[in-house]
Order: sequence, then C-alpha cells, then structure tokens
Amino acid sequence: MQDVVIKTDKLTKRFGDFVATNAITFGVYKGEIFGFLGANGAGKTTAMRMLCGLSKPSSGDATIAGFNVYRETEEIKKNIGYMSQKFSLYEDLTVLENIRFFGGIYGLTDQQIKTKSEELIERLGLESEAKKLVGSLPLGWKQKLSFSVAVLHEPRIVFLDEPTGGVDPVTRRQFWDLIYAAAERGVTVFVTTHYMDEAEYCNRISIMVDGKIEALDSPTQLKRNFNASSMDEVFYQLARGAKRGD
Amino acid sequence: MHAVKLDSLTKVYGKEKTVAVDRVSLTVEQGEIFGLIGPDGAGKTSIFRMLTTLLLPDGGHASVDGFDIVKDYAFIRSTVGYMPGKFSLYPDLTVEENLGFFATVFGTTIRENYHLIKDIYVQIEKFKDRRAGKLSGGMKQKLALCCALIHKPTVLFLDEPTTGVDPVSRKEFWEMLKRLKAQGITIMVSTPYMDEATLCDRIALIDQGKILSIETPQNITNSYPDKLYAVKAENMYALLKTLSAYDRAADSYAFGEYAHVSFREAINENLLKDYLREKGLTGVELKEIDATIEDCFINLLRK
Repeated sequence: MQDVVIKTDKLTKRFGDFVATNAITFGVYKGEIFGFLGANGAGKTTAMRMLCGLSKPSSGDATIAGFNVYRETEEIKKNIGYMSQKFSLYEDLTVLENIRFFGGIYGLTDQQIKTKSEELIERLGLESEAKKLVGSLPLGWKQKLSFSVAVLHEPRIVFLDEPTGGVDPVTRRQFWDLIYAAAERGVTVFVTTHYMDEAEYCNRISIMVDGKIEALDSPTQLKRNFNASSMDEVFYQLARGAKRGD
Repeated sequence: MHAVKLDSLTKVYGKEKTVAVDRVSLTVEQGEIFGLIGPDGAGKTSIFRMLTTLLLPDGGHASVDGFDIVKDYAFIRSTVGYMPGKFSLYPDLTVEENLGFFATVFGTTIRENYHLIKDIYVQIEKFKDRRAGKLSGGMKQKLALCCALIHKPTVLFLDEPTTGVDPVSRKEFWEMLKRLKAQGITIMVSTPYMDEATLCDRIALIDQGKILSIETPQNITNSYPDKLYAVKAENMYALLKTLSAYDRAADSYAFGEYAHVSFREAINENLLKDYLREKGLTGVELKEIDATIEDCFINLLRK
C-alpha cells in the first residue's frame, strides 16, 4: 500500500450562496506528480488554499501530510512548500540572501542553510549570479529559483500554482526536470497548469469543472476513457460544458 | 501599403544599455493575423508599445498604416486599437461605463460600431452594471477587447491576450479573432503559447529582442532541418535521462506523452530501440514525426 499524503473527503468551501469547491474527494500518493487542472474559475485556487492551511473549509475533511486542515494548519505549513504563479521572492535581495532568508523562516540552522545554498546554486548553475539581485534575473531563472526555494526545507509536499506561465519552451522543460528530480527524492508534487502537454508529464491528473472534480486518472487512462487523442481534447470535452467562471 | 512596417527598430533600456529590441525588421499586410511568438523578456511588449506610440525607439523606424510612429503619433493613436497584457481599464467604472468612455474618447458611440463587438459583448452584457475590477479574468479580457475595438481600428494590437487563460477560453478567443479578420481588421498578436502560432497567417519567432524567423507557420515547420522521432516508454523520467546521454542524438526533450529526439540524418530505428531496451526501459515505442512550431522554436533557441 502506497503512502497517501493528501487525502480529502467531500471538502467544500462556500462563499455565501456560492459553492467555490464542491465536495471534492481524492487522494495523492507520496512521490507522485499530481496535476490539478480546471478552467479559470473552476475552484482550483480555493481548493489549493484549503489544502495549504490558508483557508478554512466550510465542510468536509482533509489531511495534508497527516495533519488536519481545520486544527493543524501550522503543522501543515511546516511540511509543505508553495510556489505561487506570481513571483514572490525578494527582488531587492540577492540570490544567496533570498535562500538564507527563506531558510531562516523555515527554521533551518546556519550550517544547513550554508550546505543547502551551495547545493542549490550548483544544481541550478547559478554560480556567477549568486550575488546578483534576484530582480535582475531572467524570468526562467526566477522560476527555477522560486521552485528550489519552495523545496529548500525538504517539505513532504510542494504546491505549484501555474509555475511555467510565459516561460520559453526550453526553460519550461528544465523546470520540469527539477520537478521530476524532486519527485524522485520522494517529494509529492501538486501542480496546476494551462499547458496540456505538461498535464502529460503528471502521474495522475484531476480536472475540475464548476467546483467539482469531474475526472481523475492517469493521462493515458483519461484519453482512453474519453476516446481522445490528446489531453487537450479531454479537457475540452469536460470544460466546454462549464457554466460558471469566464 | 503595409499595415505595419518595422525597419531595424531598436529599444535600449537603462544605464546598463540592455537591448530589449534589437534591429527588428518585419512587415504586416492588411487583413493579416500576424503573431509575435516568444517567451517573457523576448521584447514583444516593447515592440507593441513603440508601435502604439507609447514608447520612443532608440533606433530604426516603423510605421502603422503608413504613418510614422514618431512624427505622426497623434494619427496613429486615433486609428489603432491596443489591448495591453496587463488589465488597463478603469476598475471603478462599470462594464458599460468603460465601453462608453472609450467610445467617447475616440469620438464615436457604442451604437455606431456595435456590429464589431456584438459577438463578444453579448457574452458580458448581463454584467454591464458590474464594476470592471470585479469581473473574472476571462470577462475582463472580453471587455478589454471590446474597448479596443469600439472605434473601429484599422490595426488591432493584442499583447498576450491569452496568457494564463484556460485552453477552452483560449480557443474561443482565437475564434473571435478570426471573425474580426473577416471584417477586414489587421491583427498583430503576441503569445507565449506555441500551439497558437498555427492560428496566425504568418508569425515571427522572437527571443531576446531578436527575430529568429518570419514565415507562415507551415513554412516554419517544413524547414525544420533534422529528423525528428517521438519516443515513449513506461518511465518517462528514465527515458529522458537515457536519451540525453545518447550521443548520436542531436537533441532530446519531453513533449507531452512522448519524448522528442532529433538526429542530423535518418537513423536505423531498431538500433535506438535496442539501445533503450539495453538501458532497462520497457514499453518502448518509436515513430518518425513532423516537427511542430514548438520543436522549431526549441531548435532555433539551442543554436
């Protein structure tokens, strides 16, 4: 039996009469790359915020790395990494300073931070940029650095919200190499994307429509179930019927 | 007359003299959908801002509808439509107020050019009393397009209109563009999504301020120089690592459910299959394929 690190049971969030996330039930395994897809407005961000312990569910249940989303949100935050679609490192700090800052926030010791910084800079090939301000780096580097900072404290799960939007095709693939490598180390990757070719890189994906998970399986199986030749087609078949959002 | 003409157009920023746009020359014909395809930082926005007279070039020339972007800026401002990448309507005005504002500024009325925006506007009309700042992303985008169209522009500049938009809405947006083209409007559009390139009449692939290629999408893919194969195996990550260590291959990278691997010349497929099996990969499938725009872009970037 594989370890389940994210487990939800009828997880729901209401804003007044509006049911943003409607009774979603699913599980994600340790070391899995899980793609969380859906049209704009389908409820992905709301769901993700609950899973990260940032928003209290209206009903239902979920455990993240074994911790309850109602009562143990601080424990959840210590055990996950998060990379938002908006660049959130400090542009006016250097690469090294950002690593040291976030390492400190996550409670790493000075020695751990030193070792981690060296490792990370070497892995990303950022030796000549280490002392440059992050704001001066090209977008592709920023994204790779953000990801590396999000997994600096070796979280059990990392949440990535549209990490590759607007990035060039070569850098996009280098980014996915980082994701694959993290998954191989046992980090669970929970990722949203609008690139359907990237959906194919996931072990399993779920597709949300109007607050509900309408499909969940491996890309191969989904294509078979929907009699489709590409994930783009699967997505289109499901999301075309969406009533709300955009 | 060309709808848009750039001649060695150049833009340099800051003390460090960063060259954002590097001697770009191209022409856009009337009634054409012309795509600027490239990643963030390629210089797409700087080009748009110079063509819409919001930014002065540091070198070269450009004209829109025959008007010079420096000398005749006032003419250009009254004839072109511009939808910036960042939402730039008035968040505190309602949908209808925004549209009315832009019509008035350009000396026209909503009624006069309603036929141009009708298809799009009906989709947001039920929210006409809502403030623009309270709209969802897709509705903001539709309103912005209406506001850019309401004075019946001759050329429409769209800067990354589909970035961050889901695949279904992206498809709908491109269908709207096709209908506008049918009404005779020239469209210059930028996108980081390579799959949208095939929806343009001609495209310029651009990276770091330089044009890599200008052609019809078909001619770009036809001129792909290498032999390209799609390979599949049970373990994708292991397959990618194995392929990148295969020194006969020119290049290899993930591409959806397949890995793409390129060779300078045709290969014996069985040799590659044997090599992959020898390295412990299972479920190996292999087939020769035609290059997509994205393959071409990767090939040009790696040079």
